[in-house]
Amino acid sequence: MLLAVLSGFILCTLAPWLTRSFGDRAGWLLSLLPAALFIYFLTWIPTIAQGEAVIIHYPWIPGLDINMSFLVDGLSLLFALLISGIGTFIIIYAGGYLHGHKDLPRFYAIMFAFMASMLGLVLSDNIIALFVFWELTSVTSYLLIGFLHEDKDNRWFALQGLLVTVVGGLALLAGLLMLAVAAGGEYTLSGILAAEDIHAYPFYTGMVLAILLGTFTKSAQVPFHFWLPNAMAAPTPVSAFLHSATMVKAGVFLMARLNPSVGGTDLWFYALGIFGALTMLTGSVMALRSTGLKAILAYTTVMALGTLTMLIGIGTEQAIIAAMTFLLAHALYKAALFMLAGALDHETGTKDVTKMGGLRQVMPITFLAACLAALSLAGLPPLFGFIGKELMFEATLGAGGALAAFTSLLALLSAIMIVAMAAVFALRPFTGRRKETPKTPHEAPLSMLIGPVTLATLGLVFGLFGFLPAAALVGPAVAAVYGDPITVELYLWHGINAPLMMSIAAVIAGLVLFAKWDTVLAGFKRLTFIDRFGMERGYEHAMDGLVAVAEWQTRLLQNGSMGNYLTTIVLTIVGLAGWTLLVHTDTPIPLGLFDVNLYEAVVAGLVVVGAVFASVTTSRLGAVATLGIIGFSIALIYVLFSAPDLGTTQIMVETLTVILLVLVLFRLPGFIDYSAPATRIKDAVVAVALGGLMTLLILAVNDVPVAEPISDQLVHWSEPEGHGRNIVNVILVDFRALDTLGEIFVIGLAAIGVYAMIRFRAEDKAQ
Amino acid sequence: MKAMDSLILRTAARFLLPLLLLFSLFVLLRGHDEPGGGFIAGLVAAVGFSLYVFAFNAGDTRELMWMDPRVMLGWGLLLATLSGLPAILEGKAFFTALWWPVEVPLIGSVTLSTPLVFDIGVYLVVIGSVMAIVLALAEVEE
Repeated sequence: MLLAVLSGFILCTLAPWLTRSFGDRAGWLLSLLPAALFIYFLTWIPTIAQGEAVIIHYPWIPGLDINMSFLVDGLSLLFALLISGIGTFIIIYAGGYLHGHKDLPRFYAIMFAFMASMLGLVLSDNIIALFVFWELTSVTSYLLIGFLHEDKDNRWFALQGLLVTVVGGLALLAGLLMLAVAAGGEYTLSGILAAEDIHAYPFYTGMVLAILLGTFTKSAQVPFHFWLPNAMAAPTPVSAFLHSATMVKAGVFLMARLNPSVGGTDLWFYALGIFGALTMLTGSVMALRSTGLKAILAYTTVMALGTLTMLIGIGTEQAIIAAMTFLLAHALYKAALFMLAGALDHETGTKDVTKMGGLRQVMPITFLAACLAALSLAGLPPLFGFIGKELMFEATLGAGGALAAFTSLLALLSAIMIVAMAAVFALRPFTGRRKETPKTPHEAPLSMLIGPVTLATLGLVFGLFGFLPAAALVGPAVAAVYGDPITVELYLWHGINAPLMMSIAAVIAGLVLFAKWDTVLAGFKRLTFIDRFGMERGYEHAMDGLVAVAEWQTRLLQNGSMGNYLTTIVLTIVGLAGWTLLVHTDTPIPLGLFDVNLYEAVVAGLVVVGAVFASVTTSRLGAVATLGIIGFSIALIYVLFSAPDLGTTQIMVETLTVILLVLVLFRLPGFIDYSAPATRIKDAVVAVALGGLMTLLILAVNDVPVAEPISDQLVHWSEPEGHGRNIVNVILVDFRALDTLGEIFVIGLAAIGVYAMIRFRAEDKAQ
Repeated sequence: MKAMDSLILRTAARFLLPLLLLFSLFVLLRGHDEPGGGFIAGLVAAVGFSLYVFAFNAGDTRELMWMDPRVMLGWGLLLATLSGLPAILEGKAFFTALWWPVEVPLIGSVTLSTPLVFDIGVYLVVIGSVMAIVLALAEVEE
């Protein structure tokens, strides 16, 4: 299982090389990995179908109780199968769609990293690992959405998706940690699902809101839905993958996953039910007013995500069955539709559905597959989507409380619009008069058809033989989300009942809407206020505000004046350390001068004289020379207190400092502007404050008895353990060698930095 | 920077540089038992080379060093890092010191050790860092 999750990351590093070596056939070759994973996950079905949940443990960071543990049950297996199965077709498809693109190797590399993150996300049992994979999907999808990065808009949209999901991710982290506390310090999903008193957690409301902020942003619920259609900036294979089975479903996945333990409260019920239903309606309305093939599909994805959230919120047996059925149906038809949209775009050169027509003759296979997938989207028999839609109506009608009427009405409205848009997608480009398109269209290559045709056909097969997915996929997933085993039976024919009536009404009204679509579209064009007051404006204002605050605080803190920085640092130290000294020193600090030898006093006097002269002199050379005096006096002090190593080093460093300063001095102009007296007095006060504080600190430290200094131990070990009598050197190269290694790396980096500054400035001047 | 055109300085530098370099090696090798070590030794050698820069010029010094200081810096870091590895091969923690007494004809018993290799790494890093800066500054002046 570990290999199954990590293999994508491994292949990610090899993919660029393989793509270059195998050229056109790389897509087919690379698809072998997800195909193999798909088969591997298929072998789990018999075990999982019996209602078992398997937990697999690998220690990762044992000290922090973070394990790579995987939880395989109906829900995670359903997702794993969708990710690997659809992933297989996406990889093949990308080979055709991005044929000859210069960055195809990079594309495959990110794609595999993304796929592996997604698998890790759905299979992780440890919630910290889950969160890491969650963020990995945000980062990799950012790279995928911004894949065509030469375009400024694409970069902007990619960043938008990243920021929205990452802000949610932060909230999610807080929520997950609270969840772990609520479950009694349990960091595994299996443990959290088994915990009983999560509803009694005092911060339950805050925890649920934090988690929902994470899942709502990820799964593009109102009011965060705006990033998802913008993520259409991605190449079509990415959109197909992100929208059908992965990225945007991650939020739904987590809500479904946590439903048995966190759900079941009014908060959960109303938050998910209301926001889900609103998202569903918003998605449908926005789809209706779009003309781009991908935009239409993106908004229907928003609709689907809203539906799923709503169903999880309703939380009844019917609702969960409906959610899982709908999820599977949606994954199948949405991936197919996106790949078909890409094929149309690829062959005609336009994404706008109003600019295409009569393509039936030239692209017959595409047309057939589009019909199948669109029928499933519209929810017509005998497709699998029909079963999903029927179950959804049944669930909304059976929702408790005030939600039943509200959700049923919204579901019906949205179903009408989706029927219309499904008809637009399947009929507009293919029927009617042929229209001039930027490219001369012909049938798409095999690599771009195999995926959509297979997936669309699967939608038909699952519809006709409902017992297949019911037993193998939907049933175990429902059991996992509901928390108790349920027997799931999926049929096309439910008898003449309310859901069927609603379906028929939706189809009829939808077809009427389709017939009048051009008029509706013109009507929407006039409603520009949607763009003006949409959530995206809010996002832009938030971004502008963020930049403004950043600029303000940068101007305040990073004002570029060395003097100001030093003053700030020094005053902070004096304030904090001085306060601590004042509060925590019990005995008075001894200020008397005891046991001072004459030669010590002489050296100290030299230092003081040097310091005074250095601060009043007006010549640079004079300042350097007096600083040298101070340095050498300090070296003398080291020697007097029997630290010859330090003394020698100090002398060497002083010598080199003077050499460097002399070299630099040639480059500096003389002192030209002197500070005003007020500034100088202020500087003097700051300097004296720091000097005084350090003096007091040293005196205080001298007075504090230390239990047993470690230096005694080190001296004791030096000969027998370190084979050396020079304790300083033994510490440097043996006892604390790792510290020294870090220090010499710092020295090296500093030298390279100084070198670069000197050389690049010189080169700039030379030019 | 114009080299100080002084015959006395040049003559002195010619004699002092080998002496300083020898002394730095001496300080490096005795460092484990007596005052000294890679850091001090590196500074001594760097001071010697800097003297040469003043007496002659940066180009001559660069030639004399027969290795770019930046490269020397890299070798020093590599050597210091590698000195921690033998311990791992013996199954001990990274940077555990290992000692091998060797009999050298005419000199007697000499103890080779990974801390010595580490100290030589420090020595090279210090010379490389200081000289990279000094030479860069001097060359900009020229």
